[in-house]
Amino acid sequence: HLDPPKPGEERKVTFIDKEGDEHTFVVADGDNLLDIANDLEMEGACGGSCACSTCHVIVSDPDMFDKMEEPDDDENDMLDLAFGLTETSRLGCQVKMSKELDGLVVKLPTMTRNLQASDFAKR
Amino acid sequence: YSGVRPYSTADSERPFRCAVIGSGPAGFYAAYRMLQKMPNARVDMYEALPSPYGLVRFGVAPDHPEFVEVASHPSFTFIGNTTIGSAPSSLPLSSIAPHYNALLFSYGASQDRKLGIAGEDLSGVVSARAFVGWYNGLPEYANLNPALDGSEEAVVIGQGNVALDVARVLLSPLDRLRHTDMTENALETLSKSRVRRVRVVGRRGPLQAPYTIKEVRELMQLPGVAFSTPDRSLFPKESKKLPRPLMRIAQVIEKGSPTVVAEATRQWELLYMRSPVAFEENSSNAGTLGGVRVDEMEFTQDPSSVPLSDLDALRSMRVKKKENGKEEVLNTNLAFRSVGYQSEPLEGFEELGIPFDRKMGIIPNDLYGRVLSPDSGPGALGAGHVPGMYAAGWVKRGPTGVIASTMQDAFTSADIVAKDWADGVTFIGSNDEPKAGWSEVKKEAEKRGIRSITWDDWLKIDKEEKRRGQAKGKEREKCHSVQEMLNILDG
Ligand SMILES: Cc1cc2nc3c(=O)[nH]c(=O)nc-3n(C[C@H](O)[C@H](O)[C@H](O)COP(=O)(O)OP(=O)(O)OC[C@H]3O[C@@H](n4cnc5c(N)ncnc54)[C@H](O)[C@@H]3O)c2cc1C
Ligand code: FES
Repeated sequence: HLDPPKPGEERKVTFIDKEGDEHTFVVADGDNLLDIANDLEMEGACGGSCACSTCHVIVSDPDMFDKMEEPDDDENDMLDLAFGLTETSRLGCQVKMSKELDGLVVKLPTMTRNLQASDFAKR
Repeated sequence: YSGVRPYSTADSERPFRCAVIGSGPAGFYAAYRMLQKMPNARVDMYEALPSPYGLVRFGVAPDHPEFVEVASHPSFTFIGNTTIGSAPSSLPLSSIAPHYNALLFSYGASQDRKLGIAGEDLSGVVSARAFVGWYNGLPEYANLNPALDGSEEAVVIGQGNVALDVARVLLSPLDRLRHTDMTENALETLSKSRVRRVRVVGRRGPLQAPYTIKEVRELMQLPGVAFSTPDRSLFPKESKKLPRPLMRIAQVIEKGSPTVVAEATRQWELLYMRSPVAFEENSSNAGTLGGVRVDEMEFTQDPSSVPLSDLDALRSMRVKKKENGKEEVLNTNLAFRSVGYQSEPLEGFEELGIPFDRKMGIIPNDLYGRVLSPDSGPGALGAGHVPGMYAAGWVKRGPTGVIASTMQDAFTSADIVAKDWADGVTFIGSNDEPKAGWSEVKKEAEKRGIRSITWDDWLKIDKEEKRRGQAKGKEREKCHSVQEMLNILDG
């Protein structure tokens, strides 16, 4: 489980869930959003190995998004598969808290994945 | 008093037994989700081979620890080396169905789609499915031994991920392959390969090709291998306006490989808008391949009329033979047919009233995974659900998509099983009647002389394969045959 932050190094992160309710956590540097959101409705089916896109989050503030380290190829490939992708989408399991990200606010996508016609082979 | 029951147990508490048929990712993810959502579920998984994981073992390789976790769940039973079918050495569907509330079909796509053009049987025309199975140690293809030493050229027909896997293996420096779990036999044959150029041919354009970005990128990064940039006119000028997944993949292709053709030891190309019409015989060597004849294609609609932002419209653009188009023969003695896998119905479907769509190669279903029959609906409604029958993975959707999409699809199916059970929908037989599952089916299996394999048995085989691999500096050395796996168990 997550260790509590060192005094003076507390970082705040807020999740807005599908119902619109806010959940704020005080966490340590290096914690990733999937582990932090443990009790919220975030699937994390692949356990954070960047192989499922079910930990999709949307960063509320574009400026904050720009401050984050760029997603790597693996994360971008998975984001391509995420449902309801936005300009400020990230995979929660790949985002680690840091001083720069103190006060980060992310939304969990309200659209859950539904069936799309393109899921089925067209012949 | 037939309808009187002492009390009704809450739906979620009724024990639920499901047989999952096939142990690929679809089966495992569906089992995972059912066990998670239905506390009283018990899942028995039937697998034809002694080894689990389906195409993950015979094509994808990386470990999936989450499957191991599912397998160790107390309500999960793995039944390997047990084929569902009607042959005397198989277990008939009709003998297992009565012992379960539901059957979930996740047996994938075990057949090869053919092109149906002249010359397909010439020597030198190789099925990609067989080739991939061969180098990955699928027992069925252990003796394929393709003639890689007879041609500097190879043509791969089809542009899906399997086609790119074939290209990658043909182009990869041998050192790179030695540390994978590719079989020793395949490494030996590949070490004698003379193939220097691989052309990967597709009927449609770059925005319609089925490959995914990861596979293309891997090919671009192979050391000493050059990519010849395809016809730029097929890419929209403003590729930045494309939907994100298409834009990213177009960029990877436009950027190409760091190795240039002049300095490369091997090279590859993507040829678009060409449809194979015949395999031509080698004029100096009867019965063998000399070349692939292709027609030039054109889009059925003006490409500039399709908005660049419309992913679905772009991807579904169709092609037809171009009027007065070029006819070309791609000279080669080696061609791989990679136009898809195909599912087959299981033997015994008819008896249980389970339909099969041969044209689509899937079990007809309502997209959530409920198996549909055209004539089982109430009254004049037509199609209806076949009680207790569900499907997931390639046999449900058709043979497309990576593990992540197979997972999402399997979750959808499992969720609908859980929902139907909670809603009191009709399953197999009566929902209140307890079902014995494997403990009853086992008797029939034994009668038929089937040697079923437990999860612990598999772990022993797994351990031995890893031990054999270690000695050679690779992850594992796979057994070549089912018998070899059984021999490990017999010590
Ligand atoms: C060559 C190749 C490479 C691939 N590479 C990748 C990759 O790198 N990354 C990625 O994400 N995806 C990859 N994929 C896609 C991925 O493998 C599929 O999405 C996925 O395996 C489909 O899962 P499935 O469970 O439907 O079928 P399968 O994986 O085919 O599993 C079906 C299982 O059912 C068993 N079975 C069949 N008939 C019977 C029967 N009668 N009785 C009992 N058992 C039976 C089979 O033995 C098999 O174990 C690749 C696919 C191929 C073909
Ligand atoms: S948890 Fe699977 S991609 Fe993040």
